[in-house]
Amino acid sequence: MIVGLDMGGTHIDAIIMQDGKVIKVVKKPTDYDDLFHSIWTTLKELLQGIDQSMIKKINLSTTISTNAIVENKTANVGMIIQSGPGLPNEHLAVGNKNVFINGYTDHRGEIVRDVNTKEIDEAIALFSNTKIEDVAIVTKFSTRNPTGELEIAKLVSKHIQRITLGHKTSGKLNFPRRVNTAYLNAAVYDTFSRFLDNIKLSFEKEGIQAPVSILKADGGIMSIDAAKDMPVETILSGPAASLMGIQALLDTNKDAVLLDIGGTTTDIFFLADGVPLFEPAGIKIDKYKTLVRSIYSVSIGLGGDSSITVEDKKLKIGPQRQGKPFACGGPVATPTDAMIVLGKLDIGDRALAKEALSQLATNSGLSIDEVANEILDTMARMIKGKVNELLTEINSKPVYTVEELLHGKKLVPQSISMIGGPAKALAPRLEKEFNVPCHYPQYYEVANAIGAALAKITTEINLIADTSRGTLSVPELGVYEKINRHYSFSAARERALELVAERATSMGAEQADLVTEIIEESVFNMVDGFTTKGQNIRIKAQVKPGLIHKLKGEQHA
Amino acid sequence: MLKAKNRLGIVFFPAFDWAISPTHPERQERLLYTQDQIFEEGIEDIEGIEFYNPIVATAKDIKRVHFTVPTVEERLTDSHFISVGGAIKAMHSVMNKDVDKAFALIRPPGHHAQRVVYGDRGFCVVNVEAVMIERMRQEYGDLKVAIIDTDCHHGDGTQDVYWNDKNTLFISFHQDGRTLYPGTGFIDELGGPSAYGYNLNIPLPPQTGDEGFEYVLDNVVMPILEEYKPDIIINSAGQDNHYSDPLTSMNFSARGYAKLNEKLSPDIAVLEGGYSIEGALPYINVGIILAMAGLDYSHVMEPDFSPDKVSQTRRVTREVERLSDEVMTLWKHRAQLAEKKFRGKKYVENRRQVYYDTANILENQTQRFKVCSLCSGVNTITSSNDKGSKILGVTIPRDACKECQREGHDLFENSIRDEFTNVYLQDRINDEYPCK
Repeated sequence: MIVGLDMGGTHIDAIIMQDGKVIKVVKKPTDYDDLFHSIWTTLKELLQGIDQSMIKKINLSTTISTNAIVENKTANVGMIIQSGPGLPNEHLAVGNKNVFINGYTDHRGEIVRDVNTKEIDEAIALFSNTKIEDVAIVTKFSTRNPTGELEIAKLVSKHIQRITLGHKTSGKLNFPRRVNTAYLNAAVYDTFSRFLDNIKLSFEKEGIQAPVSILKADGGIMSIDAAKDMPVETILSGPAASLMGIQALLDTNKDAVLLDIGGTTTDIFFLADGVPLFEPAGIKIDKYKTLVRSIYSVSIGLGGDSSITVEDKKLKIGPQRQGKPFACGGPVATPTDAMIVLGKLDIGDRALAKEALSQLATNSGLSIDEVANEILDTMARMIKGKVNELLTEINSKPVYTVEELLHGKKLVPQSISMIGGPAKALAPRLEKEFNVPCHYPQYYEVANAIGAALAKITTEINLIADTSRGTLSVPELGVYEKINRHYSFSAARERALELVAERATSMGAEQADLVTEIIEESVFNMVDGFTTKGQNIRIKAQVKPGLIHKLKGEQHA
Repeated sequence: MLKAKNRLGIVFFPAFDWAISPTHPERQERLLYTQDQIFEEGIEDIEGIEFYNPIVATAKDIKRVHFTVPTVEERLTDSHFISVGGAIKAMHSVMNKDVDKAFALIRPPGHHAQRVVYGDRGFCVVNVEAVMIERMRQEYGDLKVAIIDTDCHHGDGTQDVYWNDKNTLFISFHQDGRTLYPGTGFIDELGGPSAYGYNLNIPLPPQTGDEGFEYVLDNVVMPILEEYKPDIIINSAGQDNHYSDPLTSMNFSARGYAKLNEKLSPDIAVLEGGYSIEGALPYINVGIILAMAGLDYSHVMEPDFSPDKVSQTRRVTREVERLSDEVMTLWKHRAQLAEKKFRGKKYVENRRQVYYDTANILENQTQRFKVCSLCSGVNTITSSNDKGSKILGVTIPRDACKECQREGHDLFENSIRDEFTNVYLQDRINDEYPCK
């Protein structure tokens, strides 16, 4: 048995799955004043009467970190930033105290100027005087050589324990994003680790021994021990749960558009050959652009409860939601009212729905049925417009080789998978607009919790081997080691796969379902004058994202 | 969040899978560290900076500028079509007003490619800027263009293409041709009969430093541009004047390049040469990007920078000042000088030898310009090389009068096929480029 729990804006859904089938569901309102309590009472109810020794694992998708950030309930953070030459640095300031220090490392990882320990002592004094207990340390090009960050951390750790290092947050190059990512990690560290302590304690009390994992923004999970160090990875896991849920309910191995059409918004996702598409650099939360790996997700203000108005005889749907549909006692006409009028939904008061649409009909010079159809057609066209705009953007992402420019993969959706109240009514219309088959499941209420339950450990590493300098580094793992001048490309590939598997295991993955792969690789001859002095090898490896297994049959829990 | 003052488009295409040969300076690795620097600085996230992929140029784009022997398809690799397409994309982004300025960070380079192309010379097979400009003129009309070539090598290809076109002002400053490839670019190379004085060279002495470059910019380039009033300014942005460049002997810095671009304020910059790929390019390119975007570049600095690396001797300073004066004098008297040189002539002929260093080909050519009072005149090139080619190329310029158009077509139609291996016509008025 696997437990999946998803904490949404209004509800917490939790399910138990056995042999690929949902066998129990619990739904509870979210209590914003005590998120932990909400989760705990939901889980307790879910597990009542279940033989707990049968539970193999528990996966939680939470909004603990996200809420702390968007509601500005984060810890005071002291930042030590070494920006070196290049762009001006004032705009990098985040958190409560920012100390910009001298010294720098270049793009090859050569330390050009050392850290000045006096500046670090001053920073420590400043932080101590202002009662700062969380510190993030980020140096430019620390992903190429973490020595600077490590040296600073050594000095700071004598006085302050909770420290986030830039190079551990991501192996990608992007200094401003690394600063933001490290900042956010430090800012939610205390909140999140207290949440984890509560979970652990409560589980111990109840005698639950199953390993607990937390869903990440990339749709994968990590063990609570790994999450404790890197809570920033748990931000915005909701959309990821939703994508995984749709994938679980409607499996495909082709390019596809995935839609989650809710009351207020429609979330758009994509699959490339059946694998979720990721944000190219990392997720943006609040005003912060980060390096947190996440699924690509775009939300538009269009849903079943969006308000409808008529402007110049044209229907305008959303982006506002003013309340429930008119048929359910709401203030204005909504797409849901149109679906009720057309008999596609059996909720609320049909007479009220007709009343709501009659005004729109008069204003637009159509009959009530015509206006209902026009509302749904408009909605389908709006979704198509946005999806096409996103596809253009995705298909023109920068490429750097002749091969990719001329023959690179283009995303061409072969199907649409969608969940949500309006799915059934919109499916034939979207099918017509996109001219591809459009699928929706009968039962989707707990898709997110299913997505969380079926998620697996995911991780990515970035390896660079520079044989002329004789160094190999994998920043995320803190690996920075010597190699000899003859270190080969194939040795580097092997090492990358080995390290990514090691990391996944340390995050809780089981050897059996661990599929690792290399997703980017390049090797450059490094030439000095006209002689080759070494090779610059770059490899990105990951655990193949996806679900641990498929759902079995149509779900009717 | 940083916000660009000028919206800037960047076409970054490092062609990581293309090289002239594995250890050639023009190889896969060339823009690798520039990419690292651009990524690490977070330039992609700066508001107002857009990154674009190149489009792929067509054979017709190339034929508008070059007589490519035997054919465009046989001489160019995919990478060349994409490099040129990168510059065209940059031009489109500016002309369509998607951005205020654009920087095409592309390779391979092009400023040594002349009108006739038998192969690769100075790492160039196709003149990227010229192809871009001629496409721009076909699509957006007869714009007046100034090209400022800041590569350390003389832009002899661009000079050749625009030799007789006063609608295109070409100014190249570079290391003196007596000390560096391609051995041309002296101040008496001033242009053909209808554009005399619109081709200007400033051959700088070796070891010219930041101060010298700034002097040339302030005292020659900027005053001339003010008078010429171009619609579009293009920086042919070679980066090998850098003090650490392995192929040259100048003392220019990354910040110097940035300042130059700030003052010049080009609409479009296109990367040319520059082979100090670890120690200079990452910093120069970030400097140029910041300067073009109107952002603060004062913190851009090479790891090994020190003031003595960009200093120049008093002898160099005096030489730069003398040269600048001389060029300004030529510019001021260009009309009288042209009158004196070409008075009474119906045709002007230039004979010369061109050596293709990369492809090892020796070419002998004669260019013949008609002196026409109504237009810039039809002109021809007859050329042969030591590999057995003999070609005739006829060019009808964009401003050709009826008579010159007729003469151009006659020259092409009446040419005796047996005398040449290839005969080409560039009819820029009808945008047609037949060959036989």
